[in-house]
Amino acid sequence: MSSRRDALRKIFNSAMIAGSGGLVWGTVASSAAKSPLALRPPGALVDDKFVQACIKCGKCVVACPYDTLMLAEVTEDKCLGTPFFEPRKIPCYLCTNYPCIKACPSGALLIDNIQQESEPANIENARMGLAVVHKESCIAFSGIQCDVCYRACPLMGKAIVLVKEKNEFTGKHANLKPVVNSDYCTGCGICEKVCIVEKAAIFILPVDLVTGKTGDHYVNSWEKNDEKRIENRETLQRSTDEDVESAIEYLNSDNELFEE
Amino acid sequence: MIIIKRHRYLIARRVVQIGFLVIFAGSNYAGWSILKGNYSSGTVLDAIPLSDPYAVLQILFSGFLAGNDLLFGALIILIIYGFFFGRGFCSWICPLNIISDSAIAVSKRLKIEPSFKMSVKTRYVIMLLGLVLSALLGVSAFEIVSPVAILHRGVIFGIGFGWTIILALFLFDVALVKNGWCGHLCPLGAFYSLISSYALLNVKHDSDNCTNCNRCFGVCHEPQVLDIIGKQSGVIKSGECTNCARCIEVCDDDALKFSITNRLLKKN
Amino acid sequence: MTLDRRRFIKRSAAVAAATAAGITIPIQDIKAASSAEGNWKWDKAVCRFCGTGCGIMVATKNDRIVAVKGDPLAPVNRGLNCIKGYFNAKIMYGEDRLKRPLLRVDENGNFSKQGKFKPVSWKRAFDEMELQMKKTLKELGPTGIGVFSSGQHTIMEGYAISKLMKAGFRSHNIDPNARHCMASAVVGFIQTFGIDEPAGNYDDIEITDTIISWGANMAEMHPILWSRATENKLSNRERTKVVNLSTYTNRTSDLADLEIIFKPNTDLAIWNYIAHEIVYNYPDSIDWEFVNKYTEFATGVVDIGYGMRTPNHPKFTDKEKETVRNEESKVLSEDEGISLSYLGYKAGDTMEMKNRATSVKHWRITFQEFKRGLKPYDVNYTAKVAKGNPSESIDDFKKKLKQLAALYIEKERKVVSYWTMGFNQHTRGSWVNEQAYMVHLLLGKQSKPGSGAFSLTGQPSACGTAREVGTFAHRLPADLVVANPKHRVFSEKIWKVPFGTINPKPGSHVMKIHRDIEDGKIKFAWITTCNPYQNSANANHWLKAARTMDNFIVCSDGYPGISAKVSDLILPSAMIFEKWGAFGNAERRTQHWKQQVTPVGAAMPDIWQFVELAKRFKLREVWGAQPIPGLDGGLPDVLEKAQRMGYNPNDTLYDVLFANKEAQSFAWPDPVGKDTQNTEAEGDKRDVTGSDDKPFKGYGFFIQKYLWEEYRKFGLGHGHDLAPFNAYHNVRGLKWPVVNGKETLWRFNSKYDSYAEKAGVGDFAFYGKALKEIGQGDLKALKPALGKYKLANRAKIFFRPYMEPPEKPNGEYPFWMCTGRVLEHWHSGTMTMRVPELYRAVPEALCYMHPKDAVKSGLIEGDLVWVESRRGKVKCHVETRGRNRVPQGLVFIPWFDEKVFINKVCLDATCPMSKETDFKKSAVKIYKV
Repeated sequence: MSSRRDALRKIFNSAMIAGSGGLVWGTVASSAAKSPLALRPPGALVDDKFVQACIKCGKCVVACPYDTLMLAEVTEDKCLGTPFFEPRKIPCYLCTNYPCIKACPSGALLIDNIQQESEPANIENARMGLAVVHKESCIAFSGIQCDVCYRACPLMGKAIVLVKEKNEFTGKHANLKPVVNSDYCTGCGICEKVCIVEKAAIFILPVDLVTGKTGDHYVNSWEKNDEKRIENRETLQRSTDEDVESAIEYLNSDNELFEE
Repeated sequence: MIIIKRHRYLIARRVVQIGFLVIFAGSNYAGWSILKGNYSSGTVLDAIPLSDPYAVLQILFSGFLAGNDLLFGALIILIIYGFFFGRGFCSWICPLNIISDSAIAVSKRLKIEPSFKMSVKTRYVIMLLGLVLSALLGVSAFEIVSPVAILHRGVIFGIGFGWTIILALFLFDVALVKNGWCGHLCPLGAFYSLISSYALLNVKHDSDNCTNCNRCFGVCHEPQVLDIIGKQSGVIKSGECTNCARCIEVCDDDALKFSITNRLLKKN
Repeated sequence: MTLDRRRFIKRSAAVAAATAAGITIPIQDIKAASSAEGNWKWDKAVCRFCGTGCGIMVATKNDRIVAVKGDPLAPVNRGLNCIKGYFNAKIMYGEDRLKRPLLRVDENGNFSKQGKFKPVSWKRAFDEMELQMKKTLKELGPTGIGVFSSGQHTIMEGYAISKLMKAGFRSHNIDPNARHCMASAVVGFIQTFGIDEPAGNYDDIEITDTIISWGANMAEMHPILWSRATENKLSNRERTKVVNLSTYTNRTSDLADLEIIFKPNTDLAIWNYIAHEIVYNYPDSIDWEFVNKYTEFATGVVDIGYGMRTPNHPKFTDKEKETVRNEESKVLSEDEGISLSYLGYKAGDTMEMKNRATSVKHWRITFQEFKRGLKPYDVNYTAKVAKGNPSESIDDFKKKLKQLAALYIEKERKVVSYWTMGFNQHTRGSWVNEQAYMVHLLLGKQSKPGSGAFSLTGQPSACGTAREVGTFAHRLPADLVVANPKHRVFSEKIWKVPFGTINPKPGSHVMKIHRDIEDGKIKFAWITTCNPYQNSANANHWLKAARTMDNFIVCSDGYPGISAKVSDLILPSAMIFEKWGAFGNAERRTQHWKQQVTPVGAAMPDIWQFVELAKRFKLREVWGAQPIPGLDGGLPDVLEKAQRMGYNPNDTLYDVLFANKEAQSFAWPDPVGKDTQNTEAEGDKRDVTGSDDKPFKGYGFFIQKYLWEEYRKFGLGHGHDLAPFNAYHNVRGLKWPVVNGKETLWRFNSKYDSYAEKAGVGDFAFYGKALKEIGQGDLKALKPALGKYKLANRAKIFFRPYMEPPEKPNGEYPFWMCTGRVLEHWHSGTMTMRVPELYRAVPEALCYMHPKDAVKSGLIEGDLVWVESRRGKVKCHVETRGRNRVPQGLVFIPWFDEKVFINKVCLDATCPMSKETDFKKSAVKIYKV
């Protein structure tokens, strides 16, 4: 009898463990998989896909010659075990032979992602993040001749350009202000690393978080290639032949017009 | 001498377990290329890919067609264990084995009788659950919480606060369920159990020599696999046997030894 | 007076508005603004770094620097700074500041060349210095000692050490690191104008229409001036043109309308091309009135070698001899065959370097001869010789040359040419400086607001200290030279030392001091405010000589660097704001500051160190007869004369040179130093145990003011007039000559320069006195028969031909290697590499390489490579992107990083006239480590 009760108890225990564990597990896993702030190695799939594909083997970490990459640990909100980097500590130095991508067995880092059309793969096509300048703490905006980030940028003059502006305080100097061009910025973070103010005034955030999107119903006539932006747009929809109820409803409800 | 003889396989296992950790860690910290990566996926001599088949299966279930290297690496591992070494991963490779073995030793020393009872089959449910959750969440569900991975990644790349999870498992094993993680919950162990039923390497029992001293039951962490002991000769069939060989080394009667047996052909 | 916050802000705004409009506001208001910042004390000072000379304000609290800000009243920068200036507050407080004297000793505490550094007392340090110095003086005489001086000394320090060496020890073996930086500019100035330093000033940047930068990456090296150039371009987008001439693309190209990448050394050909265009194709552009009235044409010898030692020197390796061979004779290349055809040479001929010792020889020629010399430099020849980027088409290059010439030639266009190390560090650096004046003088575009050739300075006081004070082997203050007996007598009078004290034979320049140490001719050297063992080319020789030969090397420094490392005794020096001082910047602006804080540890100001050493020498030990190699009869015994002047042979050099009656008359305390400390004058709160083992309580008089006022006497009435000491403490610097309290904006221009006006020869007068009586001849040679020619108040327009450097790339060493700087670091990096932010920004020197060259050499971005020349090799990482984009066949490696010790690789060839090393042209090979 007791062995039978034991057996039942065991099954009950197991079911409870599996059931409740499964619920907790699912919840934990779905939130643990989110890592909106993590900066991924070059050639990474966009973040959800990346987390899905990455087997967390760390081969990219081993391959990185600059010790840039780390694997996320338990308390970091970057999906446990996935590779990421913190530019202020060690940025990505954009190796021209991209060893991290080559080391990836899972397809989470893909050479295709740094390839444009028929051209050979080029690390400068990497989009790990996007540099953002906080102009209130950037000393170049107040006239200090700094442009450290500009000079350190591997795509100097493209990813970071200097916007020159008269310094109204002195009247005879120009401020050389760093401005990021998202068409070129790889998000390597060298700018964030080298920034000489106490807390970096230029820093990398995931592209998605800091980019907007222009509506595709309008094309800039003054920009040559702007039409390309909406190549895949479908025609304007909406207009059907049916009456629109809301319009009629609107017309019929005139009470408010006469309220005193 | 007798102590060494009684522990010869245990010592060998610890050497192999720690050796793998050292080799993996060496790839990260010293740039060795014997075996790069970690237990989820590694590369031997910069050429041969290896990968954890259960992890790859989760990726596939999550809806991502894993890279060729992973698929090929998983195949190699499946062959290695499925055809040859059985569930050897758990006792010879997996670093968590050291933790769970220590937990058992500690509870024995402290005379704690882990009281919570659960079925050794639970792990199969969890294993399936891992695949189902992977499919539902679109992400490898077990891999993002796996204590096995936390431990080996921790040693190879740095553990952070991951040690708390390992400690929790240890305490769970000490106080609640004997061999709780490895023997009851671990879906990776469950996976290897499933694929190992027909491996060539296994433990063979000679019941003629057996004196029913039950020492083997005392050391075995998966005692349910020892159902034939003292009853009939033959090989331990269950895939749940980890080929740890503790039973072999404690048997004074020459009733247990390793054998290479093709269980697909021979029926006994 | 207390100000509430609101009023403070309002007043700050007033300050801002006033400075923007260029109005000066009452000093009290500035003071009011400062006192609002709690109990901080703000005072004016200058930036420690480059030759721009930005004003800064320093805040102190509890005897420590707490912050700096740009000085809004400083005309140069009006409150702005570059990032080096931004970190002035941090440079003095690096963790490893030297705080105690360190001596190499054995286990028993005795000095040993092989010993390890141990802290010793100041007394022990000076005892050892005295012993070693006296030993050397006894063995070798005054030429056995040497001083590595600096363009970063304060003016008073430079004056003190110069006086001690030249009047005290009677040795001219004192030469500054400015030799590496400005010497070619100096020769250019002296030979052309007869007086040193630029005619124009920074206002030219705003006034001009054309900014042409030659071999000067102004954007990185003079950022504040560059931001002024940028503002000019911004305000006059169409009119203002900016040109960058360089051997590689650098930051300065960003703003440029025209970028010309030329092959190393071919700037000589490009200048001649411009002159060729003027003379042959646009003769109307010549300002004949200016040329006829204020100039003469001249040329000089060309077979002058390359400032190297001859190949028979025993310490040369066979590899080195491959290059050094050219010092005695050189086989002329195809290009040189054409450029030197006027001398009868053709390609393949061997030129014997007969004028190595007389390289400065020059004579007057006619305009026709001058014109004949320029003949070969048409656009075809010049483009062929000078095109520096193999991927550029020759036609594009020609087009650019024409555009460049057109900018100079355009009648109404104001043009300023700026240059720095690209010209000066050049085996024909003096020539290329003169060529700049050639073009500007021909066009009459010189010494006019917005027009002129302007040599930018590298160091904060290369002008103020090294050049104006004359801390050079051949100079005395105010452009006087030791070889001129009248100049010596004039100096001896001011210094109140007996006639005949000053050695008539020039001493060893920086490279020669190194070479003399290696040859055992100098056995005692003192390094002060410089880092000669990192900054001198072919360093392996000098490092070895310092450490393995019988000599004694002292290094005064704030931080441990390479020079300290190879020394035998290290003296901890007070740094810039820990002492009173003055710097002179590139536009002749002299700026003073007061001591802001007490020095750290037992560090002491350099003046104190010089003066304490002077205490150890009695007149009878140094003013007796002295042997001088190469000087018949040596130096006379002047002790008797000294006695007649009232000196006692047992007086010390301290008594005579630094603490004489006149010196004592400058009392301390002085109203100008109210609320300010003065470590030298009164000691300080530390009571440092001094050179006599007693607490140092100060000299009791205002020694810095004394040194300044005595120094000032050299230039008064000679075109070098400086204002009285106190005047500088009420203004943000003054541009000399300061006549009747008024500074001079454009020299040689009668409208602005009272000396030019006084000369009474017209709108201009190039009144410099030096080298104004020369022989005459034709292009080929001096014709003594034609007699001497006096050219008072005239400048010389030199014809100088194109020649190649002594070392060029070949099959074995296929790359040109050019060294230089980065904005983030100052010189050898001893200060800036210790500022964590600057270190993080640029932690190491990289080898900038063309991506195609990298591929060809089997290299990728980031690879660690050996860069090897015939002299040595260093390891560094390859960079194919970023701030400097080099053409194929050339690599650029900055020299600030002691771990990438690039001077081991560089050739120590110099301009034979200026003795300035060419750090820009070595041939190297590059291969993976």
